[in-house]
Amino acid sequence: MKPRDATRRSFLGTGALAGAAWTACTAPEAEAPAEPDQPSSLGTPVSRYGQRSPYEKAARGVRESQTPEAASSRTPLDQTYGIITPSALHFERHHAGVPEVDPATHKLLIHGLVDRPMAFSVDDIKRLPSVSRVHFVECSGNSGGEWSPAGAPTVALSHGLASCSEWTGVPLRILLEEAGIQPEAKWILAEGADACLMQRSATLEKALEEGLVAYGQNGEAIRPEQGYPMRLILPGWEGNTNVKWLRRIKLTAGPQYVKDETSKYTELMEDGTAWIFTFEMDAKSVITAPSGGHTIDGPGFLEISGLAWSGRGKITQAEVSTDAGQTWAEAELQTPVYSKAFTRFRLPWEWDGSETVLLSRCRDESGYLQPGRAELIEERGRKSAYHCNRIKAWRIAADGSVTNAEA
Amino acid sequence: MLKPSLLSVSILLGLGAAVVSAQSYGVGRSASAEEVAAWDVTIGPEGHELPEGSGTAKDGAQVYEVRCKECHGEEGVGGDHAALIGNPAQLKETPPVKTVGSYWPYATTLFDYTRRAMPFEEPGTLTADQVYAVTAYVLYLNGLVGEDDVLDRESLPQVVMPNREGFVRDPR
Ligand code: HEC
Repeated sequence: MKPRDATRRSFLGTGALAGAAWTACTAPEAEAPAEPDQPSSLGTPVSRYGQRSPYEKAARGVRESQTPEAASSRTPLDQTYGIITPSALHFERHHAGVPEVDPATHKLLIHGLVDRPMAFSVDDIKRLPSVSRVHFVECSGNSGGEWSPAGAPTVALSHGLASCSEWTGVPLRILLEEAGIQPEAKWILAEGADACLMQRSATLEKALEEGLVAYGQNGEAIRPEQGYPMRLILPGWEGNTNVKWLRRIKLTAGPQYVKDETSKYTELMEDGTAWIFTFEMDAKSVITAPSGGHTIDGPGFLEISGLAWSGRGKITQAEVSTDAGQTWAEAELQTPVYSKAFTRFRLPWEWDGSETVLLSRCRDESGYLQPGRAELIEERGRKSAYHCNRIKAWRIAADGSVTNAEA
Repeated sequence: MLKPSLLSVSILLGLGAAVVSAQSYGVGRSASAEEVAAWDVTIGPEGHELPEGSGTAKDGAQVYEVRCKECHGEEGVGGDHAALIGNPAQLKETPPVKTVGSYWPYATTLFDYTRRAMPFEEPGTLTADQVYAVTAYVLYLNGLVGEDDVLDRESLPQVVMPNREGFVRDPR
């Protein structure tokens, strides 16, 4: 509420002064509204489902596409705080649009190499023992543009195909054991209820160790774009294996070699061979503030903050360089640090106003250190489109503008 | 929810993993064979699950003309969407050309994907005969089957894709 009552404003002496100063430095208008010391009217009443402030405009980045149902939208990572991505800003990658699934009729079928094929309703699944776990989901094509030395201009474009949520659901092990796992079963095939019946193979070992059939996301039902009413979560594995709108799991002896694990989501090497079933997401970090597209409002104190994550467990270290990689400082990790989850890192910084380059790199509990572009290309070549986790650099110009720095 | 017998064991031993293992909750129902058959569209690389039906590239040319060409182009190239034709030598080009012909290890994958996901805007609308036929046509354009070769559940898995040996398990 912004009362525009002139009498009241002039009555409030200091308020009027402050208003005048504000007018002088910014506005062409003669009469600028002053912020009163106390609102003079009531706010809006209670409501059934909250909305964000109308001043907040953070939105997923969506690029024009001929087939917007087989496309992606990106999380504006520089406009989220802490480690949880608001569900409404969680990135999307769909191959046949978002289906409308009625939870009253949805079922999860489990069959194949099991003793008893079984069907579970949404209500059945919610009766079973549940767990809540914080995990990132990352499209393996995230940061694909960073294979090139140029790199993307903003953190949403470079790293926005990754998001992190608290997922609530039933350990997949429980459902598989209800059906009775036969000894020959070594793999699963998971299928979604979208128009293309998205399918991926995964190892039974992973399914039993960590697989989650999730129906909750950040305290409420999973959003339709994230797989309502239930999705598979395979923590730390490439996004596409976390099948949304999960409706079927078949236990099999081997993988099925479906389109999205052969034609797509495989890593082509320079010699023409390709790595297949590249499930784990390597450790990656990126500075989100300040980042490309931002402008720093003059020299002085500025907290540097970013996100680090790894498909191999917990992040153990995040380092920041404020001098283009000559020296590295240990950033503070937000605790608790969850396994296979976004980890927020922060470093206090005093910017002296001169041009420089900021970098971050991280290490995970397996000991793996995030590589630079040259090291990554030495290992993988230049033909892969996926799993690019190289160090990202931001250039800060003397005028405070932040842009991508070439690697 | 929990069966009484299990519940008492659980209370005695605490809810340890060993206690609540196999088939203990009695939640969910068994699925009928028909129910499973209606949904089980999985087709593995050996092709055991392939349905009845058959088709040749000649039949498939007509299916392709009407259902695929607008997006994948005349004879599988030059469309707005993925090219379907190529050979493994193109994997060494910069940028590499990854297509059914150059990259895919199994012909069964083409049948499976076409059946459940194509045409893009009308997935799941082709009959088994049409899927065999258009699969044969795409393989024919890639020089992998003859124009009159009949593809069915026996012959399709026999088609050896040029890049069959091109994949290695993730060495990371
Ligand atoms: C309206 C446009 C459209 C039509 C018609 C269409 N497709 Fe597609 N096709 C697509 C799109 C879009 C994709 C990529 C989908 C994705 O993102 O997963 C695709 C992907 C494919 C692929 C995978 C290519 C690769 O290398 O990964 C094959 C094979 C394919 N289509 C075959 C067919 C066949 C066969 C038909 C006819 C029966 C057909 N398509 C009709 C748009 C179309």
